[in-house]
Amino acid sequence: MQMNLLQAVNSALDIAMDSDDRVTCLGEDVGHFGGVFRATSKLQEKYGKQRCFNTPITEQGIVGFAIGLAAQGSIPVAEIQFADYIFPAFDQIVNEAAKFRYRSGDQYNCGGLTIRAPYGGGISGGLYHSQSPEAYFCHTPGLKVVIPSTAADAKGLLLSAIRDPDPVIFFEPKAIYRAEIGLVSDEDYEIPLGVADVVTQGEHITLVGWGAQMRELHRAAEMAKQDNISCEVIDLRSLLPWDLDTVASSVEKTGRLIVSHEAPLTGGFAGEIAAAIQERCFLSLESPILRVTGLDTPFPLVFEKEYLPDYLKIYEAIKKSVYF
Amino acid sequence: MDSGNDLTGSIRFIQGQDLSIPTFSILTMDGSIRSEAVESSMDRTTATKIYQDMVYIRILDQRMIAAQRQGRLSFYLTCSGEEAAVVGSVAGFRPQDMIMSQYREQAALRYRGFTSKQFMNQLLSNDLDLGKGRQMPIHYGSRSLNYMTISSTLATQIPQAAGYAYGQKMRGKDACTLCYFGDGAASEGDFHAGLNMAAVTNSPVVFVVRNNGYAISTPTSEQFSGDGIAPRGIGYGISAIRVDGNDILAVYEASVAARELALRTSHPVIIETMSYRLGAHSTSDDPSSYRSVAEEQEWREKDPIARMKIWLINRGWWSDAQEQSLQREYKEEILAALKSQEKRPLPPLDHLISDVYETTPKHLLAQFDQLLDHVGKYPNHYPAGDAYQQFGEKPLMQAT
Repeated sequence: MQMNLLQAVNSALDIAMDSDDRVTCLGEDVGHFGGVFRATSKLQEKYGKQRCFNTPITEQGIVGFAIGLAAQGSIPVAEIQFADYIFPAFDQIVNEAAKFRYRSGDQYNCGGLTIRAPYGGGISGGLYHSQSPEAYFCHTPGLKVVIPSTAADAKGLLLSAIRDPDPVIFFEPKAIYRAEIGLVSDEDYEIPLGVADVVTQGEHITLVGWGAQMRELHRAAEMAKQDNISCEVIDLRSLLPWDLDTVASSVEKTGRLIVSHEAPLTGGFAGEIAAAIQERCFLSLESPILRVTGLDTPFPLVFEKEYLPDYLKIYEAIKKSVYF
Repeated sequence: MDSGNDLTGSIRFIQGQDLSIPTFSILTMDGSIRSEAVESSMDRTTATKIYQDMVYIRILDQRMIAAQRQGRLSFYLTCSGEEAAVVGSVAGFRPQDMIMSQYREQAALRYRGFTSKQFMNQLLSNDLDLGKGRQMPIHYGSRSLNYMTISSTLATQIPQAAGYAYGQKMRGKDACTLCYFGDGAASEGDFHAGLNMAAVTNSPVVFVVRNNGYAISTPTSEQFSGDGIAPRGIGYGISAIRVDGNDILAVYEASVAARELALRTSHPVIIETMSYRLGAHSTSDDPSSYRSVAEEQEWREKDPIARMKIWLINRGWWSDAQEQSLQREYKEEILAALKSQEKRPLPPLDHLISDVYETTPKHLLAQFDQLLDHVGKYPNHYPAGDAYQQFGEKPLMQAT
């Protein structure tokens, strides 16, 4: 059936809770209210207050609590209301969740843990309702980081994340929560983590992105088509671990690569992809790998459109790469 | 629970000191029972076990400090002075209760049955260390003893303990969580987050805060300005009690009652044990630069072990002859364990990359392959090179 990305998230949570009574949803306003975006809508009604409940406004408390719950054997899905507010929980995520199995010699783990957080710009949210903090977490061994871009992927990836034996951070592109609509199966299905999706086959250049940025990449690819430039568009879907093989074999074919993300340029995850690809595909490259990203500023308010790496900026980068 | 319903027409500020919690105590300094105190329920078997474990930990701590000075360990940290606060509390709980501790509660681990060899394996990071040689000395953990592996990060276990206890309650287990931390850790945000989460979610967790006077060099007078930690629990809607941490009977009775209360009401409880860190913060610390010998001496006279011993002897449950033979037995056992376990090899090199994830991902295997080639090229430069030479091709691989 047709679903938007938000309904797909809700469907995944519903199926996860229905199929395993250890699955528990918690976070600010996730209870009766169903979350500020309604991702947990009707779950408390269906599964009770013990398994879907509001928490005090304490991100470190939510994540710490969820880690303990996971260590005990539950499968918590903790919501951080906006990715911008994940930082009070940074220590719990980076020093605790990520290292829980390793530091105990595999005696204990919190692998049941999934942290969901809406991320990204495009909603006039300014500094604190727009950030894309994925790179911080990709720098932390022990975590998995997943970002869907379509409704069908959101459901399948979230079900995988919840059932994955390691802690997963699941960032949801809130700008396209309702705009991104597609056919989504009612069934229980999983999409494996760590596997990219080659959405569009192409010959001349590879475009890599994730989350809301995929819409911009597709639009730029359409424009380039008018110039007889054929783009291969890859949705990375998982950032940690990321699918190096798929991107590398694409770049070996096209000889060119653009990586695009909303987050600032310096230290962004595009840098990691560029470094790995130049190492692996050096002799196949026809032009320098380009990054089309946000600026190295806090996320702006009135200049949001100028800041964002939109399809026009990507289109210009495509030409720059192809006509290098 | 509603608040703010009682109205008043007068301006009256409630002072920080208005809520002052008394200290529960049973045993006097000379080992006798305070006349107005509740009777202790501690039986002879429990009492002698508690006492022996306190003596064991005191000896272990002294021996390990010496071993660290000799360069046989990289680091150590004692719980000297706080043995009663730790053993007395854990003794009030059941083996199925999870312990989530800070790092100065090795006495609780001993009470649960951790052996001398197991202590040594961790302290020496050898191939039998349950933590696979990944953490500094004293970061113990034991799944079979329900003792959650310690991390150095302060107070992080507090909200986790709330979640763990919530899980126990959801699964309908006759079990709760016992969470230890110190007076310094109670200044961390996670303390406040954890107590609030525990209270709001009705989780059966008992917090034991060891108020030992110092956080490294910082005295409690510079750590907080209220009446200690226990009143903060009340602010969060948590039942609170303060106990003389050097009084084994008071700590034990408060703990038995706290466990019962937490499970019966499905609600957290906080116990503040008032004690003193007799030793340095760790082997990297020298307390003579921030506190006086006179102050230390004052607390040595309140030694919880000596105090319990007098009580035991008065009851006819212990003798000097037993004491001597116990001391000798433990010293020999600990020394023998140190000698045998320090001869054991390092953990295999693949412990470097295993358990980062449940299944080691491809990119990490590739990094490990590169490392193996490099170590193979310069085996004498790396500790794991020995294994490389011993096994010919690549160092012992297990998990991957």
